[in-house]
Amino acid sequence: MSRPMPNPPSGVIHDIGYRKYDGPRLGRRQVTRALFAQSLRGAYGLGRSARAKVLPMLLLGVMCLPAFIITVIANVTSSITGELPLAYSRYAVVTQGILTIFVAAQAPASLSRDLRFKTVPLYFSRPLERSDYVLAKFAGLATALFLLLTAPLLIMYVGALLAEFPVGRETGDVLLALVGAAVFAVVFAGVGLVIASLTPRRGLGVAAIITVFALSFAAVSALQGIIRYEVGNADLAGWLGLLSPITLVDGFQSWVLDASSSAVAPPPGDAGGVVYVLVTFAVIGACWALLNLRYRKVSVS
Amino acid sequence: MNGTVVRLTYRALLGGRRAWLLLAMSVLLLAMAVLLRLTVGVDHQVTADFLGAVAVAALVPLFGLIVGTGVIGPEIDDGSVVYLLSKPISRPRIILSKFAVAATGTVLFAAVPTFVAGLVMSGTAGRIALGFGVAALVASIAYSAIFLLLAVVTRHAVVYGLAYALIWEGLLGSFVPGARTLSVQQWSLSLTEAIATRDLVSSDVRLAVAGVLLAVVIVGATWYAGQRLRVLSLAGEE
Repeated sequence: MSRPMPNPPSGVIHDIGYRKYDGPRLGRRQVTRALFAQSLRGAYGLGRSARAKVLPMLLLGVMCLPAFIITVIANVTSSITGELPLAYSRYAVVTQGILTIFVAAQAPASLSRDLRFKTVPLYFSRPLERSDYVLAKFAGLATALFLLLTAPLLIMYVGALLAEFPVGRETGDVLLALVGAAVFAVVFAGVGLVIASLTPRRGLGVAAIITVFALSFAAVSALQGIIRYEVGNADLAGWLGLLSPITLVDGFQSWVLDASSSAVAPPPGDAGGVVYVLVTFAVIGACWALLNLRYRKVSVS
Repeated sequence: MNGTVVRLTYRALLGGRRAWLLLAMSVLLLAMAVLLRLTVGVDHQVTADFLGAVAVAALVPLFGLIVGTGVIGPEIDDGSVVYLLSKPISRPRIILSKFAVAATGTVLFAAVPTFVAGLVMSGTAGRIALGFGVAALVASIAYSAIFLLLAVVTRHAVVYGLAYALIWEGLLGSFVPGARTLSVQQWSLSLTEAIATRDLVSSDVRLAVAGVLLAVVIVGATWYAGQRLRVLSLAGEE
């Protein structure tokens, strides 16, 4: 027998002071800009743990050290030589190992964690388009690489001015080298990010990127050397340079910017130069398209 | 060694598509060797240059890096290594099992193709193929041991290993001759120098010194990795 309850339950809704957000709602552009800033800072470990800062800062130091040594040598021997012992535009190729390590370490750090912890769908639930995410990440890593290349170039430039080399010539040279550095940065960032976006596992991404960069550079340089000097076919050796990102951009800047090449064989003639330029832009465009294609569909589970 | 650990590591390393990706790199080396044989013909200096620059200086360290860190790195990374460590198997034995898989993998995918590429380009003349094959074999084992140790010590093993392979052996070695004395690449090349009858390669390290250093590195790195695994602490995601 159920007895009727003596008092019917009475509930009270307490107002505990929750408020709606009534501040300004920032749009797509601001989200993109914030993501770009976060990616750029993250590439140097800023805003991340102390352990994440060690490697990028170490690489930045290692990157600047040769420039510093070059500057000292230039200042000591300035009366004899009258120019820097290493041309600005060759710096990126000489230190390509450091650039490769930086891309290999930071491209997966930028993308893989978002994939692994399923944060990508959260980004896309905001007013942020797929292409904005790709743009922010791409621009972030490319800018980080560009800064990594700019720092030693500026050290060398200041050193050249201190050694009282002709100001006009040095300024022109360093500006051309900066344009080349920008192309280096964009190509490296693009290739690195495409590979990194394919795997949620950081370790695998790192290994894949270094394999693509280091193995292709070693193989292309060795083949170029053999075909140029043992076979004596400089044209074929020049065409081979298209097959590695590093020799590709080196050929690009040696033809477009008239910079001194560090590759074993420069692009063969004007036709070769045009092909190098086209391939460079095609690589950048392909990376952009592939990244957008990759992020059209992101699995949640 | 422990059969189960070996079998599981082997499956994790080569299961699925990973074996094909690794095989693609070996095939690339052989393809370039065939191409050079067809375009250049038999030229022992070309063989030595090519194998020295591509196989011993790039392919073998990269394989050692990927395979050596790959046998234990992902497990430490995602934390599943605790299930392995909680089994009643001593830590040095786990390391020994992992090392066996890593060394076998690197030898199969990097050293054997190097030997075959040497045969394709120069035949058996002057024992060049044999010299480079032995160098690649020894270097494979040494790199596996070093990079396995690195994977136990740090989570960024691939990056630091790469820094050693590219900056120390590559960049610094070409400017500072002293750095070459402490380089696995030069130690293994001293074996090539001793085996190959023609005077095509030169190493900065004497054979006896290189042999002792190689043995010390392989044994020492494997032993120390076992010690480090005993006190492994699982750090959180950074």
